[in-house]
Amino acid sequence: MELIILFSPLLGAVLSGFGHHLYGERIAIYSATGLLFLAAVLSWIVFFTFNGETQVTQIFTFIESDNFISNWSIRLDRLTCVMLVVVTTVSALVHLYSVGYMHGDPQWKENESYKPRFFAYLSFFSFAMLALVTSNNLIQLFFGWEGVGVASYLLIGFYYRKPSANAAAIKAFIVNRVGDFGMALGIFALFALTGSVLLDDVFAQAESLSQRTIGFLWMEVNAAELAGILLFVGAAGKSAQLFLHTWLPDAMEGPTPVSALIHAATMVTAGVFLVCRMSPLYEFAPVALALITIIGAITALFAASVGLVQNDIKRVIAYSTCSQLGYMFAAAGVGVYQAAMFHLFTHAFFKALLFLGAGSVIHAMHHEQDMRNYGGLRSKIPVTFWTMMIGTLAITGFGVPLTQIGFAGFLSKDAIVESTFAAASEAGLMAFILLLIAAAMTSFYSWRLIFMTFFGAEKGDKETHSHAHESPWSMLIPLIVLALGSVFAGMLWYPEFFGYYVEEFFGPSVYVGADNHVLHDAHYVPGWVKASPFIAMLLGFGLSWLFYIKSPDLPVALARSQRPLYLFLLNKWYFDEIYETTLVRPAKWLGTFLWKVGDGKTIDGVLHLVAKRSVPALTQLAVRLQSGYLFHYALMIVLGMGAIVVYVVLFGGH
Amino acid sequence: MFPSDLTTILPELVLASYGLAALMWAVFSNTQKTGTALVWLTSIFLVGLSLWIGLATTGTKQAFGGAFVDDGFSRFAKVVIALSSAVVLLLSRDYLDRERILKFEFPILVVFAVLGMMVMVSAHGLMVLYMGIELQSLSLYVLAAFHRNHSKSTEAGLKYFVLGALSSGLLLYGASLTYGFSGTTLMSGISEAISDGETSVGLLFGLAFLIVGLAFKVSAAPFHMWAPDVYEGAPTPVTLFLATAPKVAAMILFARLLMEAFGPVADDWQLIVGGIAFVSMFLGSIAAIGQIDIKRLMAYSSIAHMGYALMGIASGTEKGFQAMLIYMVIYTIMNLGTFAFILSMRKGGRPVSDIYSLGMYSKQAPVQAFSLLLLMFSLAGIVPLVGFFAKLYVFLAVIEVGMYWLALGGAIASVIGAYYYLRLVYFMYFGEDGESLDDNMTRTSQITLVLSGVFVIVGVANLFGIIDISQAATGMLFN
Repeated sequence: MELIILFSPLLGAVLSGFGHHLYGERIAIYSATGLLFLAAVLSWIVFFTFNGETQVTQIFTFIESDNFISNWSIRLDRLTCVMLVVVTTVSALVHLYSVGYMHGDPQWKENESYKPRFFAYLSFFSFAMLALVTSNNLIQLFFGWEGVGVASYLLIGFYYRKPSANAAAIKAFIVNRVGDFGMALGIFALFALTGSVLLDDVFAQAESLSQRTIGFLWMEVNAAELAGILLFVGAAGKSAQLFLHTWLPDAMEGPTPVSALIHAATMVTAGVFLVCRMSPLYEFAPVALALITIIGAITALFAASVGLVQNDIKRVIAYSTCSQLGYMFAAAGVGVYQAAMFHLFTHAFFKALLFLGAGSVIHAMHHEQDMRNYGGLRSKIPVTFWTMMIGTLAITGFGVPLTQIGFAGFLSKDAIVESTFAAASEAGLMAFILLLIAAAMTSFYSWRLIFMTFFGAEKGDKETHSHAHESPWSMLIPLIVLALGSVFAGMLWYPEFFGYYVEEFFGPSVYVGADNHVLHDAHYVPGWVKASPFIAMLLGFGLSWLFYIKSPDLPVALARSQRPLYLFLLNKWYFDEIYETTLVRPAKWLGTFLWKVGDGKTIDGVLHLVAKRSVPALTQLAVRLQSGYLFHYALMIVLGMGAIVVYVVLFGGH
Repeated sequence: MFPSDLTTILPELVLASYGLAALMWAVFSNTQKTGTALVWLTSIFLVGLSLWIGLATTGTKQAFGGAFVDDGFSRFAKVVIALSSAVVLLLSRDYLDRERILKFEFPILVVFAVLGMMVMVSAHGLMVLYMGIELQSLSLYVLAAFHRNHSKSTEAGLKYFVLGALSSGLLLYGASLTYGFSGTTLMSGISEAISDGETSVGLLFGLAFLIVGLAFKVSAAPFHMWAPDVYEGAPTPVTLFLATAPKVAAMILFARLLMEAFGPVADDWQLIVGGIAFVSMFLGSIAAIGQIDIKRLMAYSSIAHMGYALMGIASGTEKGFQAMLIYMVIYTIMNLGTFAFILSMRKGGRPVSDIYSLGMYSKQAPVQAFSLLLLMFSLAGIVPLVGFFAKLYVFLAVIEVGMYWLALGGAIASVIGAYYYLRLVYFMYFGEDGESLDDNMTRTSQITLVLSGVFVIVGVANLFGIIDISQAATGMLFN
């Protein structure tokens, strides 16, 4: 069954990508979509029937060199099960959604065939992501890691006629390379230390690693900490955490279904998955964990703050994603991997919902993405409106405080906030405060999006508004399914992911150290801590209502009076500009220097000098020597012989 | 003793008898068709002979007191020589016919040249060596002037003869010096004489003259000057013949003489041969750039290739000699394919040989053009064709004995040389679409061209076992 789940997306990719010449676009697209639904159904069956014991299915040998052994295999444990469900479900829904969304795309001409390519990329992405999450060793994991990177690159740059899309694709790829370099170093380090890339072998030696040191650069550092931090660099790159986050907002250049699948629900959560997967290692690396907590919390706050002032509907959701990933890392950082996985699980539903909803709005508004040109769309696209309301309630964490009744985000986000408080460490406490502020901001920007899009007066182009229409059913069905998930996923699985059954549910897939009682303590934090995210949410909602419904002039006035702060946020804390001046420009300068001066002038120059001047001259000489006169030829023979005789006399016979 | 000598040289005897018999028959029954019939008959005979030599005999046998040897090394060469000569004859028929020079003397002269070459590769004494060379050379002089109503052809024959005589003189002088200082003409005896006593300068003088004489035969620089003129002037089938079998024979003889007679002074000749190789590679590559006549171009190409093959000898090791053998086989096949094309180059029924006439040949005959492209890439030594591996083996051989400069020079020269091979490809695929070549390629030429094109790709797999055979052949020389 796992084999079918893993390979049906690959089959779909091949059928769609290479076969559409044979049997037409329609069959290609539907076969890819159908195969993904098959995988999704099987994943849910696996999810429900899984008995908690880790199983490994060998497929075949990949690399075998001395003690370096890497097999293609499927490791099935609870983490994998959760990821299987998340990946295949969202992917299947996105495939279905794309059938409607990609129809008649204005980027392409009448008869151009682009849909099979799009579906092939989507299916290939799903395959790579499944290979990542089912991996039993670091090499296959890295394969999947890079595979999703490639798919992401291809899909961000799908509109390859748009220069901005190409730039965004390259940016995503390069920033991820930075992260992947760290990840590769981490894998090298683990192999060097343990002599194996098999997860089980690495985990078995994790404790001894924490007592060893390893030379890195000029330092002697703790081996477990080093490996943990290096792997986290990779995770941070893929999951768009602070300092490596700059690619994610730009990745919105891809078609919206791509943003929903890759840059919200699945690929970007790979970093979180990695940290949870490596929990047996991280439990012995407290410094790395603290780093993860701090980076996660700061990212949550930073991204939320930038999200406050963005006007592009997809960028708001992109920063929101970035921020929510920060929450997950913060949870993993304090040692509550289960809460991180819980939020990953619920987030997949409501974030995919929000993206697909945004796609539906964009579709209705003829590819207008600026929220300042929306307004009053509530009655024109009611299904989209109501599903997006559900998504917003879920992300902002709406529910009944002090109970376990609420939308999906309510349960999982509160679990994280409580965990950070319960960690009772400096990093945890700091994360707690930052995450609370971020929660208020989340509420503000999420409601701002809803208010600006669906409420108030119609703004922007009248023509567009008059043509605004509800999307086809192929797009609405995924919205409705995801909306159901956003409502119930939290409540249904709270006991398993965070509540009473948590230990039984995760079993050996997540390792929790003997001194790690954070999960347990999180249930006994004071009432005000439990209620605090809800209060923060209300605060954000109130402000948003005040700004965008009660007195819509207020934001403008505020932006004018607090101009530096506004610009600081609008320009994303100037990260792109800083990178541009400190990294990109010097690198470009060096590249240009090596290209123009190093390669062009020095290497080509010398070669041209030699080749263009000397060879033709020598050719001339050789041709002229060939005079046609016999005596010249004979002379040449005699001269040659003379040279040899001279050599023999001078140097011969020693 | 005498009967065993005759059995040892039985293949040569049979070939000589065939040549004489064919001559008699042709003289007495001289009709229009005699030439054609003899071409076919001789090719079949040569193929049969090569099969016999290749399959029937094993081991090492000596004759005439050690002046003649029949060993694996010589048999390998004889098979290559006989087979390539057979192919040359088949390819020539159509061209000679069109030029009205398909006379019965042609196949018979080829037979005697082949006989000379077979004697050369079996020579184990200076007398037999000279006899073989002269028999081969005299046949070739006549062949070069075969188109006797054609001034260029007669000029080529004359030039070849005069310069050949000079080189033969040098060779003989070297042989007599060697005999004078060692007291024997047998290669084994010379080797013993050198090992026993101190190396005398006189003997080294003899060596130097012998090297010059043989370098002339393989057209290595700076003794190459005859090659471009003769290649251009001689009828194209003769050019093809000159470029293949005699080169193999002379190279084998070169290797045997240096190893079996002058092995003990390898230090002295290694640098000389290396130097000749070096100059040949560069001269061949550089001078070919200036050529617009494809036959002249192929002359310089063969000069360069002789340079690479000589690298194998310069290494003085078993591996190097093996690399040389492989190189010569690959070189012969590539040349057969290329000349199969050149032979069919005609415009309005008249043979042409300027490279501009190749313009856009790919449109006219895509399969032939692609085969020629493969051959050119292979001649240039581009990965992954056999031409590359041929070079790789000789480079490895000289690197193993520490002659890095030679390998480096070879690499640079092959880069320069790639220019003119690729230029031909350029003309075929991107050149000017002028008056196209006649579409008159014979079936034999097409098959040869395409097969050699296939060979340069497929041969990469295992070179059709040439490596093993050549290893066995060289092994017999070194033990």
